[in-house]
Amino acid sequence: MDICRRKSVIEISELDPFLAELLRQIPASANPDGAPAAEQRIFSPPIKGKATEFCAEWKMYVEPELRRLFQSATETVATDLEQLNGNEKSLGNRTLRIPAKHSDAWLSALNQARIVIAAKNKFTENELNDHCHSPIGSRRDLSLFQVNFYGFLQEFILRELRS
Amino acid sequence: MSAENSSVTDMTKAHIGGHRPPLQFELNASYVSLFGMSCGPRRDGACLAQIKEVEEITLVSNEKAGIITTAEPTIEKETQSEEELDLPWQVVVHNDPVNLMSYVTMVFQRVFGYPRERAERHMLEVHQNGRSILWSGMRERAELYVQQLHGYLLLATLEKAG
Repeated sequence: MDICRRKSVIEISELDPFLAELLRQIPASANPDGAPAAEQRIFSPPIKGKATEFCAEWKMYVEPELRRLFQSATETVATDLEQLNGNEKSLGNRTLRIPAKHSDAWLSALNQARIVIAAKNKFTENELNDHCHSPIGSRRDLSLFQVNFYGFLQEFILRELRS
Repeated sequence: MSAENSSVTDMTKAHIGGHRPPLQFELNASYVSLFGMSCGPRRDGACLAQIKEVEEITLVSNEKAGIITTAEPTIEKETQSEEELDLPWQVVVHNDPVNLMSYVTMVFQRVFGYPRERAERHMLEVHQNGRSILWSGMRERAELYVQQLHGYLLLATLEKAG
């Protein structure tokens, strides 16, 4: 897999079917529905301790705004990922072109996905910092790889934003 | 906070390269605090605390008694504006093993407008001490910051100082 910036596009080329499939899973992975731990992490309380009235107002007025913001980002990413639609064979060595103006949406969707996957799997800090973990021998290993792969993409996009 | 993911490069055999013209940030969601009503009356910002101490000594003559009495001095209590009473609120960001260090730094720069060095100092404080106070001041603005930080999926809370 190669990743580089070409003018106003971030280009991910030489995508093998496995990594292409991981990319296609970003929107689904970012969805916290059905995972209370993930939901609680994504929509964390704005205040610690007892402030039930304030938290209730936050839930009523702020959370819907946040949901819209997160959904908008994943929708943008899902649209970009349509380039990868097709059968498994056609995914071999595909290229994904992400408009640079979609960088923020990608950062958000990748972050959502990483947070939701980590919460669902209850990854510890040690596990998350063990980037040399290999090989992939279980569903949990695959999820950890997914978190790290998405983190790598985030790093690249952040580097591009800084430059 | 998660450290940089450089080793993923090895795992995916990825290559980073190419030219990198500067980017423009597009997504800058504007947030509106929805809690103005719940935080008390509107603060006009122009009201300053006044400390006014007036001592009045009133001589009252009691003609009937032929006695001159001295009344107690009237002392006006110190008053504080709503704004001053509202001051000690802090925006605290808590450690989170998932968010990347570089991402957290970028968020601090965007939300608070801090220069990179200051944003990095706060990021490291969060990473090493588990939390960092990013800003303190009026509650309404603190709420706004917390809302923005949640929009970037950071663990942030509003706390009253002390």
